[in-house]
Amino acid sequence: MKKSITVIYFALFREKAGINQEVILTEVSSVADLFLELKYRHQLNEPQGHCKIAINDNLATWDAEINDGDTVLLFPPVAGG
Amino acid sequence: MKVISTEIDIASCSKLLVNSRAGALAGFEGWVRNHNDGHNVLQLEYEVYNPIAESEGDKIIQEAKTQYDILDAYCVHRSGLLEIGDCAVWVGVSAAHRNEAFDACRYIINNIKTRLPIWKKEYYQNGDSGWVNCERCAAEK
Repeated sequence: MKKSITVIYFALFREKAGINQEVILTEVSSVADLFLELKYRHQLNEPQGHCKIAINDNLATWDAEINDGDTVLLFPPVAGG
Repeated sequence: MKVISTEIDIASCSKLLVNSRAGALAGFEGWVRNHNDGHNVLQLEYEVYNPIAESEGDKIIQEAKTQYDILDAYCVHRSGLLEIGDCAVWVGVSAAHRNEAFDACRYIINNIKTRLPIWKKEYYQNGDSGWVNCERCAAEK
């Protein structure tokens, strides 16, 4: 069964995707697989290890499971300070 | 930890850490410099996802309090467009003695730079602009 996931893009990823956010239907189970799918779709070339991800406003690990209705935040490499 | 879009008032931030048991206050100011990687930088724009930046920043401060013998710590980070010389981030740590204050201050700023959802876009003299990648993140992964 396909899940409905809201994906929000930030900084470099927002510019590459050309959108702030989108709702996608997907069958993948982990955020790592979702990231691969979105990398292909929007040509996001940053290595996964340099990026971070959050599910429903909580930072998550790449093996975290995504569920129908989740909001996934996709963070390109950070550079605070 | 606070993310703000206006000038950081360092004197007011320091007062938050006043404590009669403190013999030291170590402060770090991160400033916007006019060059990076051979480019002349005119301005910096910080994009911040505030909810996670502030919660993760609080977590880093708690870690510092656990790992170092300090009394208190506070951090403020700017968002939005900054000019050369502006203070982009301030970290302050109070402790009974200076060594713990310095060490905790370094721990906090190092983690602020690599863990918080904050991105900076540089605007260059030649009209180009670009997002800055965190070199330490890239080196550690």
